[in-house]
Amino acid sequence: MNTELTGIIISFILTVLLAYPLGKYVAKLYSGQKTWLDFMKPIERFMYKLAGINPGQAMNWKEFLKAMLTINMLWFVYAFVMFLYQAHLPLNPDGNPNMTADLSFNTAISFVVNCNLQDYSGESGVTYLTQLFVITFLQFVSAATGIACLIALFNGLKEKTTNNLGNFWQIFTVTITRLLLPLCIVVAVLLVFNGSPASFDGKDTITTLQGDTMQVSRGPAAGMIAIKHIGTNGGGWFGANSAHPLENPNYFTNMLEVIGQCLIPIAMIFALGFYIKRKKFAYVIFGVMTLGVLLLMIPTIITEIHGNPLIAKMGVTQLTGAMEGKEVRFGPAASGYWSILTTAISTGSVNSMHDSSMALSGLMQMLAMLVNGFYGGCGVGILNYFIYIIIAVFISGLMVGRTPEFLGHKVEAREVKIAALVTLLSAFIIKGGTALAAYYFVNHGNADWAVKPGAWLNNPGYHGFSEILYQYTSSNANNGSGFEGVADNNPFWNITTGFAMILGRFLPIIGPIAIVGLMANKKYVPESAGTLKVDSITFGMMTFAVIIIVTALSYFPPLVLGPIAEYFSIH
Amino acid sequence: MAKDQSNKLFEPALVKEALKQSFVKLNPRIMLRNPVMFTVEIGTAIMLAVCIWIAAGEKSQGHLGYNVAIFLILLITVLFANFAEAIAEARGKAQANSLRKTREETPAKWIQAVGEMYVDEVKIVPSSQLKKGDIFLCETGDMIPMDGEIIWGIATIDESAITGESAPVIRESGGDKSSVTGGTKVLSDKIKVRVTTEPGESFLDKMIALVEGASRQKTPNEIALTILLASFTLIFLIVCVTLKPFADYANTPLTVAALVSLYVCLIPTTIGGLLSAIGIAGMDRALRANVITKSGKAVETAGDLDVLLLDKTGTITIGNRKATNFYPANGIDEKLFIETSVLSSLADETPEGKSIVELGKLNPSSFDTNNSTFIKFTAETRSSGMDMADGTKVRKGAFDSIRNMVVKAGNPFPAETEERVKIIASNGGTPLVVSRNNKALGVIELQDIIKPGIQERFERLRKMGVKTVMVTGDNPLTAKFIAEKAGVDDYIAEAKPEDKMNYIKKEQQSGKLVAMMGDGTNDAPALAQADVGVAMNSGTAAAKEAGNMVDLDNDPTKLIEIVEIGKQLLMTRGTLTTFSIANDVAKYFAIVPALFIVSIPGLQSLNVMYLKSAESAILSAVIFNAIIIPILIPLALRGVAYKPIGASALLRRNLLIYGLGGIIAPFIGIKLIDMLLSLFM
Repeated sequence: MNTELTGIIISFILTVLLAYPLGKYVAKLYSGQKTWLDFMKPIERFMYKLAGINPGQAMNWKEFLKAMLTINMLWFVYAFVMFLYQAHLPLNPDGNPNMTADLSFNTAISFVVNCNLQDYSGESGVTYLTQLFVITFLQFVSAATGIACLIALFNGLKEKTTNNLGNFWQIFTVTITRLLLPLCIVVAVLLVFNGSPASFDGKDTITTLQGDTMQVSRGPAAGMIAIKHIGTNGGGWFGANSAHPLENPNYFTNMLEVIGQCLIPIAMIFALGFYIKRKKFAYVIFGVMTLGVLLLMIPTIITEIHGNPLIAKMGVTQLTGAMEGKEVRFGPAASGYWSILTTAISTGSVNSMHDSSMALSGLMQMLAMLVNGFYGGCGVGILNYFIYIIIAVFISGLMVGRTPEFLGHKVEAREVKIAALVTLLSAFIIKGGTALAAYYFVNHGNADWAVKPGAWLNNPGYHGFSEILYQYTSSNANNGSGFEGVADNNPFWNITTGFAMILGRFLPIIGPIAIVGLMANKKYVPESAGTLKVDSITFGMMTFAVIIIVTALSYFPPLVLGPIAEYFSIH
Repeated sequence: MAKDQSNKLFEPALVKEALKQSFVKLNPRIMLRNPVMFTVEIGTAIMLAVCIWIAAGEKSQGHLGYNVAIFLILLITVLFANFAEAIAEARGKAQANSLRKTREETPAKWIQAVGEMYVDEVKIVPSSQLKKGDIFLCETGDMIPMDGEIIWGIATIDESAITGESAPVIRESGGDKSSVTGGTKVLSDKIKVRVTTEPGESFLDKMIALVEGASRQKTPNEIALTILLASFTLIFLIVCVTLKPFADYANTPLTVAALVSLYVCLIPTTIGGLLSAIGIAGMDRALRANVITKSGKAVETAGDLDVLLLDKTGTITIGNRKATNFYPANGIDEKLFIETSVLSSLADETPEGKSIVELGKLNPSSFDTNNSTFIKFTAETRSSGMDMADGTKVRKGAFDSIRNMVVKAGNPFPAETEERVKIIASNGGTPLVVSRNNKALGVIELQDIIKPGIQERFERLRKMGVKTVMVTGDNPLTAKFIAEKAGVDDYIAEAKPEDKMNYIKKEQQSGKLVAMMGDGTNDAPALAQADVGVAMNSGTAAAKEAGNMVDLDNDPTKLIEIVEIGKQLLMTRGTLTTFSIANDVAKYFAIVPALFIVSIPGLQSLNVMYLKSAESAILSAVIFNAIIIPILIPLALRGVAYKPIGASALLRRNLLIYGLGGIIAPFIGIKLIDMLLSLFM
């Protein structure tokens, strides 16, 4: 048990130790200072030339968002078409079929928005061509999109008054060439050495110890596994994701993958401090986020280690903890650790089956996604956190007797309206989706659909409700992990979660960028003794309280009917 | 007036009026202004329909008494919120009315216009018939009927009716003191006044309109907060609407009463109900400090002020400078020097002159001043004094002008006096050199007397983050000395009106909000430029038009109070929002287990308050939700106390009281109500 705990503590320490210098590097990279990866510059220049882009052109927040949304739209169309016709295209050694229109819609969105909800299974649902040139491609560009938008936010906060949030194309390109690619190469090489496949051959046939023959899927997977973590995407090459022995062969790769997914999100917090020259502000954010993650993680690990009380009642001792749905090579502690990070950070890759987690762990995983700003995904985590900051600033600004202001800019009706809209939207998507699904499940269980609503859920009762809730929470948070147990590859789920993903992705990006664009345009108000100090621990705790209260108040009833009811029915 | 105004929050007459208004405001069209409470009204209507439905025989919604109880409590919740707004309005109106009452229907001596000429033919008309531009006459003992500007004459006026200050003031045509206010009384002399406002459009009238519902505009911050509250309301609407399919999934029947109660408890009714009362109370508090605000926004802005421009005289120092010391030159008899000093000032009516006589402690009637000629101060000679009947010439004046005079007459100027002059000047004082028959006798030291307690007030402002700037006509040396002594952060010496303007612009360019006080016409541009411009009521019409507040007391220290009123207003909004939202935690723990406990017995563990039954839990929560509004009305009206302890400490303090308190209080409150209810249920 002790080695297990030591393992996760070392993981966490290593993550922070690596993220700090990476944050420094990120700040340097985007402020145009010299870095050791500058040898990529000619390649970047070639790409700008090819695309006819002037990388020095300033963009205001509207132009920035327009560029971002346009290119994302293009990627979506490209992905949608590719999935529809993948069977007839090359690099399909296993002869996998085309996707249905609704599955293609869902999958294309899923990867464009960095969600990576997978209603298909990697072994049978896609081809090597779509895995590599659609999915892996989108995993790079969607991560870079998130990071680029965060850099726009940094630019808005950095200057006293400015219109210029930076050039989307330039930031985007640099993110891929000088941040994502180098990190992914390192991770992919380490994965290959530990046994992840990187070959173009089709299924292998082996003879098991029992003497049966068995088909083993493989493919050029290592590169995709690297970016799926580095870019907090989470979509696996294989259906079982990082619980699959080829996708996550041993404890070392497990550590590598879990560190890899936290690296950029945490580095971006430190980068914020270096980039806008407010280190203390960044440390307070890091502190609040870490506190949040720990509060979710510690109960999870404890329950998982203690095992299932229902099994204990049967008189079975569970020396290794709750092992249902877990891999023996990782154990409950490392699985619990991973499950919280992957939900908090919006990666959504799994190394154990969350459907089998204890009720309390399921609650914590959902809370992590509902907050979606404790570290959070590549770039978007801090964007989400920024919305909470705006609400906290507004209320606490009033409480110190001034009209609210953040880093020298007034927070007024328009900014509050946008922040409120973004908060409102998550509540609407998650609860609206869950309510819709629950309604059809209860009232139209026998409807003549591809899959009858009554047959959607693998589990009855509270756990079934959790499965529905988890599915929409994960889609909205752009997490992509599944509680599974939901028969999700049919038009109802593909379409509703598809819309949940689009809205859950773009509005929380558009909102903060618009807010920072509007605020950066305003006249700068210098700080005085009466100004709210946003880099103080007090304000950090205020933000924390806002996050807890907003999340708890919005989602208390469905959580009570799902995981909390399940918890009390077991204990 | 403000001094004898009752500070009781709930005067019976006002309460009666407010109670009536609480029902009038149930009109949905009026309720719509407050989206949060409007939805509660809709909830109330739904409950009424449910009650009728049950009375008609419906069985699934629980028994009638319980539903009627919920309906009544919701109705009372709306009424409480309306009452909060109405009582704030009533108080503001009463305050403004008592100021206005004095001037209604006073007889006015209207000077009729005959052609282009004003003939002094006076006709007595009621003041309400006077229009803007009309001229009226006021003589000794007359009440001034309308606000106006003196176009001819000079008079002493008793303004105690509006300022509470009994000392009469002098108002005259043509200067910066030409403005008179309706309701004040002429004590001596005769003036002609031109009416400057249309009837019903005086600042007071405007203020009353601001307090009343009709023309009250929401301030920018109020709008922003309303948006935030509306979005919270929508979130909870989603919570309640989606709860129905969730409950169906869990096989739990939900009653309409339970859903509506949950909704009303969750939405921020506390702050929603008190929000407009807080805003009105802010203006009302300003009015109680005898400041008329022309918009609610001005009060809000006052909380944000970064820089205050304060006139030295009257704000930082008491009135004018006073003589504090006599320094005779070597070899001069001190008694002679003092005698000469007093003699030179006997005919001097300036406060400085009087203070010299005072300091000399000699009986003025002991001097024989018959046939003496008084020499007035002129800018050229920069000295004044007296030519006595016996030919003795006594003079006092600025150092260089007296020295020139002395040296010209062939007398030496004593070196130690020159030395003393320099010392006095460097200490911020004003040296006045005294001569007798062109021989320098010594120097009188005049000093500014800094108001007691002013340092502490500036210190308080500094802690609030407000920078104070002293504006004075003194030379830089004197200005610096007084600035240091009084503890202001900066000063503008030898200030001309345009210097103020430039200073304000400079500060505003760096993003700061600036307030100033002024009275003269030449202050008007700066008053308009400042973010908060407070015009003195005695000032010119132009100054009053340019500023966004008018101070009836003509008290320059008022700016400091205004800043605190602004901060209080904003803080009250913030703390009550926090309190309101923090309350929801307990309400969830009361209602949600109550809703599902029948079908999910395990949820009994969430019933941490051990409430008796599902129905008593829901009733307790809605009752608590309703009564917290009137409990907090006094806080909303008085405002949360501002403590200048630094922003972070203030935030910690308020979070502890209103955040943590907001979480804990309802647990206790709901439990107590439940215990009480269980006696009957």
